[in-house]
Amino acid sequence: MGHLRQRFSEFVVGLMFGVGLIISGMTDPGKVLAFLDPFGSWDPSLAFVMGGAIAVGFFAFSIAKRRTTSLLGDDIHLPTSNQIDKRLVGGAILFGAGWGLAGFCPGPGIVSMASGEIKAAAFVGSLVLGMVLYEMVEHYRHKAHSIPPLDSASTYE
Amino acid sequence: MIDWTHFTPWTSLMGGLLLGVSSALFILLNGRVLGISGILGGLIPPKRGDSAWRISFFLGMIASPFLFSLLAPSGLASPPRIDAGYGLIILAGLLVGIGTRYGSGCTSGHGVCGLSRLSPRSLVATLTFMSVGFLVVYLVRHVL
Repeated sequence: MGHLRQRFSEFVVGLMFGVGLIISGMTDPGKVLAFLDPFGSWDPSLAFVMGGAIAVGFFAFSIAKRRTTSLLGDDIHLPTSNQIDKRLVGGAILFGAGWGLAGFCPGPGIVSMASGEIKAAAFVGSLVLGMVLYEMVEHYRHKAHSIPPLDSASTYE
Repeated sequence: MIDWTHFTPWTSLMGGLLLGVSSALFILLNGRVLGISGILGGLIPPKRGDSAWRISFFLGMIASPFLFSLLAPSGLASPPRIDAGYGLIILAGLLVGIGTRYGSGCTSGHGVCGLSRLSPRSLVATLTFMSVGFLVVYLVRHVL
């Protein structure tokens, strides 16, 4: 294993990120939905999650933009696409609808599943199924109309 | 009306800072954007030479509830509430899976990392999914 430092770093970051989601309240769908409900009994806590995360992230990304290699010597992969199109907005609409229906987004769903919540496991299972369906549809579209497939690695955020 | 009994500005801020530090470490140490749907989507299907980093990140995430239970044996002040039934959960999962792939990201990739790097694309995506989230909850709780 030639990339032990990288693998260790990724594991620790995943661990920290998961603990951050739990502490912040993001793994509680009831709390997420209470945030999305300003006309009900509103819990604005999650604005603090976003604010805290961006306050730190802003500095990190302003450093990352000026570098080409990471501190462990890998390339820095920043998204290159700047297209604002129907795919982006349509996808965000579907995602927002799913988020508002159950109160789960991908990260908290995975952490909640790992803590033993069966409903979270159902959510992650259908999330993966949705991604498989996306691949199948895009594969079919590509074959049927020879539309070049999007390079998911470079357009992903 | 603000629900003061469930309002947790300090723990939410601390959790948010930890999410920010994680995202910072991931881009600066590993050169990767910490976006969950992107990291997961890259495994469907898995590609040779581009899977190990994704898997070790997820192993860390999966271990996180265990670490949290060691750090805070008494758990969260209020335990998670999942009100949605299985039908709704599965519908929501499909929408989130398909939507995050077409939209190239979710709350972490667009909402945290994208806004942190001042990406106009991520700003549009975040405003869109947040607005739709607010709208769907409004419709479900106050109209239907």
